[in-house]
Amino acid sequence: MKSRNSVAKPTDLPVLMPIAERLTRGRGIGLSYDIPRLQLRAWHGLFLLGVLVFFSASAWAQQSPDHPATLAQAFIRWMPLLLKAFVFNIVMSFLAMSLGTIAGVGLGVMQLSPTRPTHAVGWFVTQFFRNAPWLVLLFFCMFLLPFRFSVFGVTVPFPDWIKATLGLALPVMANVAEIMRGAVASIPSGQWEAAHSLAFSRRQIMFGIILPQCIRRMLPPWMNLYAILTMATVLASIVGVSEVMTQTQRVLSAENRPEFIVPFYAFVLLLFFVYCYPIARYTQKLELRYAVRD
Amino acid sequence: MPSETESGSVTAGKSATAEPMISLSNVHKSFGDTEVIKGISFDVAKGDVVCIIGPSGSGKSTLLRCINALVPIDGGSIRVEGQEVHDANLDRLALRKKVGMVFQQYNLFPHKNALDNLMMAPIKVLRQDKKEVRERALKLLEKVRLSGKEDAYPGELSGGQQQRVAIARALAMNPDIMLFDEVTAALDPETVKEVLLTIRELAEEGMTCILVTHEMGFAREIADHMYLTDRGVIVEHGPPAEFFDNPKDERTRSFLGQIL
Ligand SMILES: Nc1ncnc2c1ncn2[C@@H]1O[C@H](COP(=O)(O)OP(=O)(O)OP(=O)(O)O)[C@@H](O)[C@H]1O
Ligand SMILES: [Mg+2]
Repeated sequence: MKSRNSVAKPTDLPVLMPIAERLTRGRGIGLSYDIPRLQLRAWHGLFLLGVLVFFSASAWAQQSPDHPATLAQAFIRWMPLLLKAFVFNIVMSFLAMSLGTIAGVGLGVMQLSPTRPTHAVGWFVTQFFRNAPWLVLLFFCMFLLPFRFSVFGVTVPFPDWIKATLGLALPVMANVAEIMRGAVASIPSGQWEAAHSLAFSRRQIMFGIILPQCIRRMLPPWMNLYAILTMATVLASIVGVSEVMTQTQRVLSAENRPEFIVPFYAFVLLLFFVYCYPIARYTQKLELRYAVRD
Repeated sequence: MPSETESGSVTAGKSATAEPMISLSNVHKSFGDTEVIKGISFDVAKGDVVCIIGPSGSGKSTLLRCINALVPIDGGSIRVEGQEVHDANLDRLALRKKVGMVFQQYNLFPHKNALDNLMMAPIKVLRQDKKEVRERALKLLEKVRLSGKEDAYPGELSGGQQQRVAIARALAMNPDIMLFDEVTAALDPETVKEVLLTIRELAEEGMTCILVTHEMGFAREIADHMYLTDRGVIVEHGPPAEFFDNPKDERTRSFLGQIL
């Protein structure tokens, strides 16, 4: 039985956690306090805001009489467009996360199967998609999927942004599968033994006893993955989806004002920070809470 | 008291009342290259309490796990109520319904409260009626002196309380046999008493028990038969009085000397 041998490796859990986090887990207790741990803090956001203000000021200083629109005016004019585009990024991240999680749980179950071929396929798919660059997967989806397809004579369009979302869902799927495998492996073997001794079947143990305990452990790395995915949605700009990066480029070329470049991109950065920062903080809080309880 | 008859002569039929409840004969088990059990044979009669002692790593836990097929054996035979445990066609789940096991580390399900820990297996495995199971579970909690702790999660209970929940959880399946693997080893001396009391009551009610334990005083009181294992073989066995007062083997003497 595989699960029994790969017991209790708490380090196995985080897939995409920061290095410091990984080092502090599973080692001797003494070590964990020696490593400085960097965390996203509010002042990181203030720093970004500072960059934005600084370059806005310098853009304002560079203002020449033949350029009528001020930076503030440009911001006001384009703000609705950029915000709408950012909402689009978030929609893509939500969709990709949902699809990726559903598929990833399926893949994880395959990977944990005692049947060898099923396990092997699950393992291979996970490894493949986890170790392929996200951008390459995105390109594959863009160029391999048709732009429309027919079901029962009805032609369903398959727009670029859906293809991009699928492309982003693939690595999410593999990472979710891996998070799940790690979480299952981190459950002490005694749980399996006790459940087996009570005559539960393997399936009952997996779904009734092991996985419910895993959800708690999976939540922090899963949320971490979501934050990473959200930031990765800008990759879709490379394949021409009208998300916030693409729109910013368009705005900048329409304005044709080099001094606007840095303020506008700083603004985009700030948008992502404002969205991802609370997620990161909440993840940290969860991790801390679980670390205390375990 | 288990007789010294050849366990090989036991047949699958259930006619003979003398047939042992559990019968091991020449059991072998290796993990990789290391042979952990090197030919162990013994019988346990219905209602008997057998205690196994021995130094760490001598294969006691492994032996218990072989009896309910948590670990496959490499040679020999184990029969529980006349049925060969390591038969490839054996219905393992049917076997495990008859054999309850309690572990050193309690192994309660941490996401379920005490009552649910007891009720899960009878409902999901035996498919018994929820209300009946609930009544029985409440009675069992009372029996292990934990009335009022139904809603407590394992993390909220002391070690001794958790271990008693674990015993009640095994009993909720109405097993014919109970296996105890050093169930008091992780407890502090005060709580050891509560757990031993529970086991004693079980033994007095006629439950067939195999205990691996380091509680020599308790073993002496409760056991019908003692076994000492060392490096995968049984070094000495006998009724407790003789076993403790008059050990024949040098290894038994030195082991008892260390412990007592
Ligand atoms: N799953 C396993 N894989 C490999 N080796 C194992 C496994 N389980 C037990 N062993 C080894 O088998 C030997 C006997 O282990 P076992 O747990 O049965 O001893 P024990 O008598 O119960 O000891 P203790 O008193 O410390 O509990 C040990 O050397 C142990 O390392
Ligand atoms: Mg042991």
